[in-house]
Amino acid sequence: MDVFKSFRSPSGGETRVLDDIDLDIRRGEFFSLLGPSGCGKTTLLRILAGFEQPDAGQVIIGGQDMTGVPPHLRNVNTVFQSYALFPHLSVQDNVAFGLKMKGVPAAQARTRVMQALERVRIADFASRRPDQLSGGQRQRVALARAIVNEPQVLLLDEPLSALDLKLRKELQVELANLQESLGMTFVFVTHDQEEALVMSDRIAVMNRGRVEQLGRAEELYERPRTAFVANFLGSSNLIEGTVLSVDGKGATVQTVHGPLRTTHGEGLRPGQNVTLSVRPEKLRMERDDETEGNEIRATVDDIVYTGAENQYLLRAGGQQLVVFQLNADIGADEDFDYEEQVALYLPPDNLVVLEEA
Amino acid sequence: MLTVRRFFATLGPGTLWLAAFLIVPALVMLGYSFLTRTDLAQVGGPWTLEAWGRVFGYDALFQEWTADNARVLWRSVWVAGLSTALCVLMGYPLAFYIARQDARRKNLLLLLLIIPFWTNFLIRVYAWILILRPFDLVPSLSATLLGMVYAFVPFFVLPVYSSVEKIDWRLLEAAQDLGAPPLRAFMTAVFPQTLPGLVAGILLTFIPALGTFVVSDILGGAKTAMVGNLIQNQFGQAGDWPYGSALSFLLMGMVLLGLWSYARRAGQKGLEELV
Ligand SMILES: Nc1ncnc2c1ncn2[C@@H]1O[C@H](COP(=O)(O)OP(=O)(O)O)[C@@H](O)[C@H]1O
Ligand SMILES: [Mg+2]
Repeated sequence: MDVFKSFRSPSGGETRVLDDIDLDIRRGEFFSLLGPSGCGKTTLLRILAGFEQPDAGQVIIGGQDMTGVPPHLRNVNTVFQSYALFPHLSVQDNVAFGLKMKGVPAAQARTRVMQALERVRIADFASRRPDQLSGGQRQRVALARAIVNEPQVLLLDEPLSALDLKLRKELQVELANLQESLGMTFVFVTHDQEEALVMSDRIAVMNRGRVEQLGRAEELYERPRTAFVANFLGSSNLIEGTVLSVDGKGATVQTVHGPLRTTHGEGLRPGQNVTLSVRPEKLRMERDDETEGNEIRATVDDIVYTGAENQYLLRAGGQQLVVFQLNADIGADEDFDYEEQVALYLPPDNLVVLEEA
Repeated sequence: MLTVRRFFATLGPGTLWLAAFLIVPALVMLGYSFLTRTDLAQVGGPWTLEAWGRVFGYDALFQEWTADNARVLWRSVWVAGLSTALCVLMGYPLAFYIARQDARRKNLLLLLLIIPFWTNFLIRVYAWILILRPFDLVPSLSATLLGMVYAFVPFFVLPVYSSVEKIDWRLLEAAQDLGAPPLRAFMTAVFPQTLPGLVAGILLTFIPALGTFVVSDILGGAKTAMVGNLIQNQFGQAGDWPYGSALSFLLMGMVLLGLWSYARRAGQKGLEELV
């Protein structure tokens, strides 16, 4: 696709909002666009829906070039962030609108509307007006209004962001189940990394109009390719260094903490500057005085108790490192104290080498 | 006793104002309409239905009936209706045009819409004589219509504009997204949102248009007299206050009947929109 999009800024200049986006979304998958606010997710979705035209590039839907085709002629439906229900129409008339536009006979439309309303469990409210519904119920109606048309692609722009946490979690599960049972292609926009991880088959992490990394949830989490991805999905410890040597089993990197082994040495050259990333829960704290391979000395700076786990802030080599430790036993002696000296083990296969930004 | 006192206490200045300047004079006029003209601009007994008979086209003795008044009334209704329709045709797109400009241009355009009010209305209507003279249009019904549209367009545009300002344009995209072609999307998503302004604008145009006499007097001439001219004449030259009062009440009755039937059709929501 290689989609580009710029907006003219009020001062007259141009801001590139989408830069060289090339995505291949598979039929029937739950695909998420994940990124911070302002990174261009909505703009990309609007280009798919036909509300914006790309400055360059193509939009191909179901093998057909849809670039330049107006929204009403695209077999694509959107669930808007603001729901955008028609306030003067009842719930069922809202849901029936798309079928009416397609010229589906009234009787057939009625059954399909009721089926869609039942699917999202809102059939009891069929004759209400949107202003008589709660936020969660409106969201369901917006969903029903879109899926009833059986679009080739369903676009969802942060559909859950206006709901409270508990309802959001419920709907996340429901939405993922719905997608599976419909077998419909979902393109789901969110800035909530957990939401994306829970629901998606594949995720494109976006930053400043670019796709930073595309992959399944585990891939993105376990093998982030850039510092942005490493920090946007969960948290990471980043350690900078220079490659000392590369061999068949990985590489050795010289860091402020001394030489560290990583098993991810593909494509590295000695002398190259790299950043290593390691997830806080993959680090192991020990009481040993001696440091062996891939162990570094650290001091406990702060301890945050979050219920399921303890989060330790450690000081080592002038750098702060974060370690999560599962809170498995009450009062177990694995708990460490403030200012305690510990040995921190960095497993070589969990030290991921990031691409230079 | 206490409740009665409280009742009057809660009426407040608004109600008093209404009572003093609207209801009491209206009742006085209603009384006049059942009296007779004793001299120029003088009324007196006995109580009679004569003025009302004349309103409906009968002579003083209820013997003969003429269509003159019916014709004037009918002309008033359709001229007011036509000029309102022209106001809608011109003003509805204009309201959208203004509302979609950036803030500075918007204020400028609204100012241009209001500036004419700084000049006396009579003078502006006389100015139309000068403008229309080369086309040999004064006096004529066309000139009256033109003058009325000119006079009432701002009253139509302003309420519609305030509705357009509040439109949630995302609904338009939702309609297009669901397969509605542009015009259909507009009618589903945008038009209903402008209804409150549209209704208010139509009322603010049609009701004054129905009672207007200045424009039709200056630009229309005797042949295109409207009910407003008839009433004005009774309180002016003819000095027949009972007949003028009865005519005024007929006009008021027509307006109220129209509002009432609209409010009934539109239900509670319609009433809110009217206010
Ligand atoms: N119509 C527009 N005109 C100008 N700038 C826009 C327009 N729409 C979006 N932008 C800008 O484009 C960038 C991306 O916006 P958006 O796609 O809405 O991001 P996201 O949905 O990821 O939060 C933002 O900087 C935003 O200000
Ligand atoms: Mg957005």
